[in-house]
Amino acid sequence: MTAIETPQADGRHVGRPLKRKEDPRLITGRATYVDDLNPVGTLWMAFVRSPEAHATITSIDASAALAREDVVAVYTAEDLDLAAPLPMAWAPPGIDLNVPEHWPLARGRVAHVGDPVAVVIGEDRYSVVDAAEDVIVEYEPLPVVTDPEEALRDEVLVHPDLPSNTVHEWSLGGGDLEAGFAEADVVIERRIVNHRTAGGAIEPRAVLAEERAGHLTVWSSTQIPHFLRLFLSIMLDLSEERVRVIAPEVGGGFGSKLQIYGEEILAAWAARKLGRPVKWCETRSEAMMVTHHGRDQIATVRVGAKRDGTVTAFHARILADLGAYMMLLTPMVPSLGAFVMSGCYRFPAVQTDIVGVMTHKFATDAIRGAGRPEATHMIEVALDQLAVELGLDPLEVRRRNFIPADAFPYETAIGITYDSGNYQGTLDKLLEHVDVEAFRAEQERLRAEGVHRGIGFCTYTEICGLAPSRAVGPSAFGLQGGGWESALVRVHLTGAVTVYTGTSPHGQGHETGFAQIVADRLGTDPQLVEVIHGDTSQGPNGLDTYGSRSLAVGGEAIARAADKVVARIRRFVAHKLEAAPEDIELRDGRWIVRGSPDKGFTLPEVAGLAYIPEDIPQDMEPGLEEVAFYDPGNFVFPFGAHAAIVDVDPETGKVTLVRYVAVDDCGPAINPLLIDGQVHGGIVHGVGQALYEQVVYDESGQLVTGTFVDYALPTAAELPSFETDRTETPSPVNSLGVKGVGEAGTIAASAAVANAVMDALRPLGVTYLDMPYTPMRVWNAIQEAAR
Amino acid sequence: MSEVPVRLSVNGRTHEVDVEPRLLLVHLLRDRLGLTGTHVGCDTTSCGACTVHLDGESVKSCTVLAVQADGCEVTTIEGLADGDALHPVQEAFWEDHGLQCGFCTPGMIMRAVDLLAHDPDPTEEEIRRGLEGNLCRCTGYHNIVRAVKDAARHPHAGRIPAPGVSADGAGAGRELAQEGLGA
Repeated sequence: MTAIETPQADGRHVGRPLKRKEDPRLITGRATYVDDLNPVGTLWMAFVRSPEAHATITSIDASAALAREDVVAVYTAEDLDLAAPLPMAWAPPGIDLNVPEHWPLARGRVAHVGDPVAVVIGEDRYSVVDAAEDVIVEYEPLPVVTDPEEALRDEVLVHPDLPSNTVHEWSLGGGDLEAGFAEADVVIERRIVNHRTAGGAIEPRAVLAEERAGHLTVWSSTQIPHFLRLFLSIMLDLSEERVRVIAPEVGGGFGSKLQIYGEEILAAWAARKLGRPVKWCETRSEAMMVTHHGRDQIATVRVGAKRDGTVTAFHARILADLGAYMMLLTPMVPSLGAFVMSGCYRFPAVQTDIVGVMTHKFATDAIRGAGRPEATHMIEVALDQLAVELGLDPLEVRRRNFIPADAFPYETAIGITYDSGNYQGTLDKLLEHVDVEAFRAEQERLRAEGVHRGIGFCTYTEICGLAPSRAVGPSAFGLQGGGWESALVRVHLTGAVTVYTGTSPHGQGHETGFAQIVADRLGTDPQLVEVIHGDTSQGPNGLDTYGSRSLAVGGEAIARAADKVVARIRRFVAHKLEAAPEDIELRDGRWIVRGSPDKGFTLPEVAGLAYIPEDIPQDMEPGLEEVAFYDPGNFVFPFGAHAAIVDVDPETGKVTLVRYVAVDDCGPAINPLLIDGQVHGGIVHGVGQALYEQVVYDESGQLVTGTFVDYALPTAAELPSFETDRTETPSPVNSLGVKGVGEAGTIAASAAVANAVMDALRPLGVTYLDMPYTPMRVWNAIQEAAR
Repeated sequence: MSEVPVRLSVNGRTHEVDVEPRLLLVHLLRDRLGLTGTHVGCDTTSCGACTVHLDGESVKSCTVLAVQADGCEVTTIEGLADGDALHPVQEAFWEDHGLQCGFCTPGMIMRAVDLLAHDPDPTEEEIRRGLEGNLCRCTGYHNIVRAVKDAARHPHAGRIPAPGVSADGAGAGRELAQEGLGA
């Protein structure tokens, strides 16, 4: 199955599966990641990190480290003179958050394994690690709490200087929940645990900082160079124009680099203090410990429904394990799920109640999907459980509750307006690829042979394209910022084009997709359009990349900037051809007067008119360059239908993913190749969580999964190839009609796999089981059911 | 720490360097020889981002000491393209969108070349098992597997070009990357 081909008119590039412009440098080893940069005189940082999950620091002796000839400095919290602690950027109006101060180096007490206590700076990558070993730190262990339900009781405080472990309570609901449950024929309740995972970007974090003549430059493997510039300026008390942040090639993010990390601040602080470039490259073992985790929610989900499967009420109570410190968006993440707790259904009453609690683990924060995979998992797993309870086909239950295609824009019970959708349409298309009846016959036949095969579905919608400022800003949802994006489109004298985007890609293919958008509008080739990103000194201000926003917000900003350039082109050409600007159009790569194709100008020729303005009127501005800022009127809501087929070996408990089919709708494709790539990777992120991946801490707060040996990122050998297809339902929110697709696969996949595993296990007496479906967990469940 | 002399050939160019005995081959390549196309993604030999060829076999260069490479021939991603022409495996990764962030890509490509050298016509299962030691978080492996399958159609997909194509031992990748478009 291949991606659908969008019919092309007039040599357009949008919609075509163009090979990526990014790839030549990446496949030849010529790309530049942070660790590839070594300015002369660079010093290295290594951290002394706490082996204790909770302890008082009683002494730090750095004398042996400092005695080493290649060590330049050892710093502890006492040495730091930062103007502010690390940021947490969510302050929902009317809600008090109980937030601990968080500094780049621990102040007298550590609160998780890996909490940095000291930083050693020296001449060489290897020797600073030796020196860090020489720093003697004595700890007085304190009581530890790692279980979020236990933490709620406040018997052990994560931070003894705070009154409670509870960070916040936050609710969002709509419709009459009580009435909904009262009129239900059946009410089911499930405790659904969505365990802690890691981002797993293959490039660990890295930062390099250098100050020259009062100007600070920081290279960081980050998704958010503009935010990092802002917080560097705040924490180091520098004027923002003196700070430049560059995100060069970034080796994956998945949310884990949507963060302001202490190491970034410390590298910059130390570079200024020592007057030399300072660099730090995270090891994988550090990444597992101190690059933020995701998920970690315990939900109690209650669903009320009529006998025919019509849902009358949906209630999710979520306990979120936020870890020891509140990082950039830590407590906010579960709330993102609340916005789509209706799924793609006409639930008349929906309520989400969230409690955030601290434990002695590292912070959770946004990881691919951020709150929405958890919510989707709750909804989709609960609907399957409901179907079993009612003796109905799980797809029939979904159909009964779908928001119909003619109901858009559709306001859900909580007051969110879904922009567009055709949920029945994606499900129908999925069922063109998956013959459920034939599957059931095969399932029965295989069961007789001892193979337990199961099928699971997930029909989802999600909320992305972050974000309308009026919806997410300080006085609404409470994010301390806006959600707009910017673009600058510059046509050079030669007709070559440079586009500056405020988004900051890390593998998505923006340079190609954005070039396609601009090339079509200006009448040039995408190969002649260069997209510049990830450098705060280049182009207008931006708000970076996360929340599947780059195309729906950043791409629309680019389209608008290009359209402003087009308006200039029209004026120049109209003047030259003595016509009205509104009569100028692009045809076959030339700008002509409508109906007179014999005379016209190519883009380089128009650039000549614009930059050598010999005969334009005095009141006409020369030049061919425009900036646009775009703040979206609404979020966008991609959707789709996924099916997973798994085999469970009852002898070993091993689950194998046999087949995975995904039909997604993210509006009209800019580049179907890139969409498929995002969907494939997204699926595996969700499959990985469902089957293999889990961040595990023991009761004393020790991290059990400290490396890629213990944390099982899926490999090629565990997975099948995927079958993907699409439908295209345009969004009315932006002129491109597009929605995000970076997170969709992940949002759908864990529930599809979970439902498939349950379908396979049901004949063995297992009715419900939480992820991850590791052999031991599955085998134990089978044994328990047999007793 | 006292240093020991190492002599090795990298992408056809001979280097004589003095190294600490504990220096990893990957750091010799990256930090001393400036060949930064080979990456480091873990510290447990799990991810394969550092995969290079050592005397014609793919190895994880984070688990080889530089001194162990004494007298050896090393090929890195920078030495894979033959003059102006991309290696068939590089070409296939580009054609099939077998990469996103690109960080695992050099190691993945070097591993795939070795896989095809040993098995010129692998099944999908053989490709998947053959790539088991190389992690990718972006692609879900789908397009990587497709790229290796497609590259296998090329008669020289398992072959490494004769070394020494350019003076700096970097192959033709540099010109190609600057071009931005390839051959």
